[in-house]
Amino acid sequence: MKHSKKFFSRLYMILVLAFFYLPILYTVVFSFNSGRSLTRFDGFSLRWYEKMFNDSSMMNAIFYTIIIALLATAISTVVGTIAAIGLSNSKKLVRGVMEQVNNLPLTNPDIVTAIGLLMFFSMLGIRKGFTTMLLAHVMFCIPYVMLSVMPKLRSLDPNLADAALDLGATPWQALTKVIVPQIMPGIVSGALVAFTMSFDDFIISYFVTGNGVNNISILVYSMSKRVNPSINALSTLIVLIITVVLVLINVIPLMKERREKKRMAREQEEFSATE
Amino acid sequence: MKQFRNMALPYIVWSVIMIILPMLLIVMYAFTEKGNDVLTFKVTLNNFIRFFSDPIFLDVLKRSLWVAVITTVMCLLLGYPVAYMIAQTSGRKKVMLVLLITIPMWINMLVRTYAWVGILQDKGLINTILGFFGLGPITLIYTDFAVILGMVYNFIPFMILQIYTSLSKMDKSYLEAASDLGANKLQSFLNITLPLSLPGVLSGITLVFLPAVSSFFIPKMLGGGQYVLIGNVIESQFLTSGNWNFGSAISLIMAVIIMISLYITKKVDKTGQSEGGK
Repeated sequence: MKHSKKFFSRLYMILVLAFFYLPILYTVVFSFNSGRSLTRFDGFSLRWYEKMFNDSSMMNAIFYTIIIALLATAISTVVGTIAAIGLSNSKKLVRGVMEQVNNLPLTNPDIVTAIGLLMFFSMLGIRKGFTTMLLAHVMFCIPYVMLSVMPKLRSLDPNLADAALDLGATPWQALTKVIVPQIMPGIVSGALVAFTMSFDDFIISYFVTGNGVNNISILVYSMSKRVNPSINALSTLIVLIITVVLVLINVIPLMKERREKKRMAREQEEFSATE
Repeated sequence: MKQFRNMALPYIVWSVIMIILPMLLIVMYAFTEKGNDVLTFKVTLNNFIRFFSDPIFLDVLKRSLWVAVITTVMCLLLGYPVAYMIAQTSGRKKVMLVLLITIPMWINMLVRTYAWVGILQDKGLINTILGFFGLGPITLIYTDFAVILGMVYNFIPFMILQIYTSLSKMDKSYLEAASDLGANKLQSFLNITLPLSLPGVLSGITLVFLPAVSSFFIPKMLGGGQYVLIGNVIESQFLTSGNWNFGSAISLIMAVIIMISLYITKKVDKTGQSEGGK
C-alpha cells in the first residue's frame, strides 16, 4: 500500500515534468530538422541556424533585446535603489502612497499598462521605437528592483548610517561605504529580476514599439503566423543561454562555498603547523 | 537619516509622469469620444453602452472569464499535488525539484507557447501517439482545449511555487499533534495542511487568473485568428481599428473585473486567517 502510493506520486511528478519539458525538447529537436515540417522529422541539418544567422531581422531583434535589457537593468537598478533608500527614510504617508503607486504596474494586467504608455507616448509625440521601448522597460523594471531592495533596507540598523555620519563620514561616504554594501544582495537580485523581465517582455514592448524596432518576443509572435522553423533555432539558442546562466548562478555559490571551506581548512592546518 | 529623504524625489516625479498619467489617460479616453475636431472631446458613456449592448462583445467577455476560470481551476488541481510532493521531499532533491519547476518560467513565454503549435497539429506528436493505439486523429490545435492547455502550461509554475512556499512555512509539529490526537491522514490534511496553505492557494489563484483573463497571444497562437478573447479585442482596437476610446473603455471594464476578483480573494484570505487564529 505504501509502496504503490510512493509509486503513484513519483509517476505523477514525472508526468508533470514531462509536460513542462517535452515542448522545449520538441522545439530543440525540430530546430535540427532538415525539412520545413513541424511534425515530421526528415533528418539532421543546421540549415535553420544558418538561416537565422543570415536573417537580419532576427539578428536585429536579438541585438535590441539584449541592448534594451542591459540598459533597462542598469538604469532601473540605479534609480530603483536610490528611490528605495529615499523612500525608506521618508514620512510614512509618502512611503505608503508610493508603495501603492509602485504596485500599479505589478498588479495591472500588462495590456492595461501597455495601452496607457502607448497613448502617453503618442500624446507627447515621441516617435515609437527604441526610446519608447526603453522608457517603458525602465518604467516596469524599477518596481521590481525596489521590491527586492526595500526589505533589505527595512532590516538595516538605522543607527548605522548615523554612526558613520557622527564619525565624520560625508553623507555620500555613508551611502556608498555603509548602506549600499549592506543591501547589495537585494540590489543584485533586483537587477536579475529586472533583466529577465525586460528580456522576456512581450505585451508592453509590442504596444509601444514601432519603426522596425523589435525584440525576440515580438519577432516570434509575428513569425508564428506562418510555419517558420528558424523560430525553433532561435528558441533553442534562448533555451541554451538561459540554461547555462541558471546553472552558473546555481553552481557558482556552491563552488565558492567549497573553495572557502578548503581555504579555511588550509589556514587551520598552517595555523596548527606554526604552533 | 533625513538627509537621504530627497533621494526619493526624482522617482516620485517619474512615477507621476510614467505610471499615474498613463492610467489617467485610459480613464479619460474611456469616458470621451472624438468630436469633429481633433481637439474637441465629448464626455460620454457611449463606449460602455456600446460594449454592454452588443451581444458579440458580451460573448467575448463571457468566454474570457470562462477560459480564465477553467485555467485557474486546472492549475490549482494539477499544481497542488506537485507543490505538496515537493514540500514533502528534503535536501538536494527539494532544491532540484524547485529549480526544475522554475527553469521553464525563465524561458520566453512566446517561445514555449509556439512549441505547442507543432505538438498539437493534426499530424503532430499527440495525434501520432494516439495513432499507435489506433485512435484519432482528433483536432486539437485552434480549439478551446489548445488555448486552455497553453494557459495552464504557461501559468501553472506560479501556482505551484506559491502553494509550495506556504506549505514549506508550515510547522510540522501540528501534524504530529494531530496524529497523536488520533486524526487520520485525510483528516489532518483537510483540517491542518489545507487551511494553512490557503494564503498560497489564493495568491496562486491571483497570479494565474490575472494573466489568463487578459492574455491575447496564447489565444491567437493556439486558438487561431478566429478565437477572440477580451485581450484580442483590446489589441485590435489599438493596433488595427484605431478606436482608442472604445479600447480604453474595454480595458477599464477588464481592470474593474480584476479588481473585484482581487478584492474577493483578499476577503477570503482574511476570513481564512481569522478562523485559523481561533
